[in-house]
Amino acid sequence: MAKIYVSPRTIVVPGDLIAEGDDVEVESLFIEKRGKKFYATITGLVSVEQAEEKYRINIIPLEGAYIPRPGDIVIGLVEDIGLTHWEIDISSPYKGILTVQEALDKPFNPVTDSLKRYLDVGDYVVAKVIAFDRARDPLLTIKGKGLGRVTEGSIIEIKPSRVPRVIGKKGSMVNMLMKETGCEILVGQNGRILVKCPSKDIEEVLILSIKKIEAEAHTTGLTERVREFIRKEREKRGV
Amino acid sequence: MGGTGAEKPVLIRWEEREGVKTPVRIDGRLPEQLRPIRIEVGVLGNADGSALVEYGATRVLAAVYGPREAVPRHVALPDRAIIRCRYHMAPFSTEERKTPAPTRREVELSKVIREALESVVLTEMYPRTSIDVYMEVLQSDGGTRTAAITAASLALADAGIAMRDLVAGVAVGKVDGILVLDINEVEDNYAEADMPVAMAPSLDKVLLLQLNGVLSHDEFIKALELARKGILEIYKLQKEALRKKYVEVETSVTG
Repeated sequence: MAKIYVSPRTIVVPGDLIAEGDDVEVESLFIEKRGKKFYATITGLVSVEQAEEKYRINIIPLEGAYIPRPGDIVIGLVEDIGLTHWEIDISSPYKGILTVQEALDKPFNPVTDSLKRYLDVGDYVVAKVIAFDRARDPLLTIKGKGLGRVTEGSIIEIKPSRVPRVIGKKGSMVNMLMKETGCEILVGQNGRILVKCPSKDIEEVLILSIKKIEAEAHTTGLTERVREFIRKEREKRGV
Repeated sequence: MGGTGAEKPVLIRWEEREGVKTPVRIDGRLPEQLRPIRIEVGVLGNADGSALVEYGATRVLAAVYGPREAVPRHVALPDRAIIRCRYHMAPFSTEERKTPAPTRREVELSKVIREALESVVLTEMYPRTSIDVYMEVLQSDGGTRTAAITAASLALADAGIAMRDLVAGVAVGKVDGILVLDINEVEDNYAEADMPVAMAPSLDKVLLLQLNGVLSHDEFIKALELARKGILEIYKLQKEALRKKYVEVETSVTG
């Protein structure tokens, strides 16, 4: 029988012993096995689940850079234009590559046409990561529903490690935010959030509550606290 | 190590304590006692991770940037991150102004600290990137390299960079024939030996070991054991400081 050395939802730091034994399943990249012992390698919240004689351990990192994964929706900023591709900053150590094939539906001739006409430096795009294999930079696409150039709204930047909390369990947090404020919210996995609000005042309340979630990401009962916060702020500001 | 020419101060006094003759150091500490240690994490807003570490009057600030795109591009490695370290002493950190240009000593210390950190950071998780570690000695009173490595490992953990273990360091010296833990500047100036050690306690590995001066075989073993004791104490404080950053937020909102 495995031994668990931590209680669930506590903060672990690199080098902390989490568990020991054979019947332990690891769900995180940030847990290292040495012999029969499992150690944390990052600062984060640990979770322990018991399922049929097995312990499942996981760490949700509290800090860290965004590492792209295929399928992620990200919000990028066009940084540079090549002959047939755009270079896109996705607030990650790796820059996104958007090729013209993944952006336009028609054939593109660099001799007669310029990519600048479609996306210019400084434009924000909602994109999807289609491939990333560590050896090459992540490839993006803007073909698909809800993807493409951002034409309206505001972008809020938070730490990428806090994104899961802004989304919440099965989207509970982001749904609550949308319901309470009436804004449209799109959360990019890279820590950029696109919001479209009915008014500037309500947008300010939304930004404050997202910043609150970012700062208190590791606490419990956050959804309810943020809901209360929004209601109070709206009352205070009369919006 | 010679001393500085000025008259040597009394480094070890023998005092009667509870009926036993006990050696007491120049600052009033016992031989196996650390200086008061203060650790703070997340002190810089612009850096991805940062830490401030004080061993008595020694004060070191560390900042970590990364993993980020390696510039210039050709220094990047295809299979792992590169770690770049800069250990630097501020011009105002010493009694007499230190020229801000990197000295031979600082270049060497940057290298040995980098090598110590490379053995704990999981660089293969961040290929083609660089992790930049800056350590600035704000005030120097001996043991700056070990304080720097303690601060650097905390800043890395604060930046959310995966690492096998935290690193803590402390220096052991031999003063008037007595092994003392965490030696300060005065002791270092007149010491017979000075041995900075850095370890990863949960890995049980020594990551940095330098020795200036002479120790006998037995003394060396004792000194290393003494260093390990000190490091374990510092390691506990490190973990506490890392957790504190989050616990403070939690108690402020949930009461």
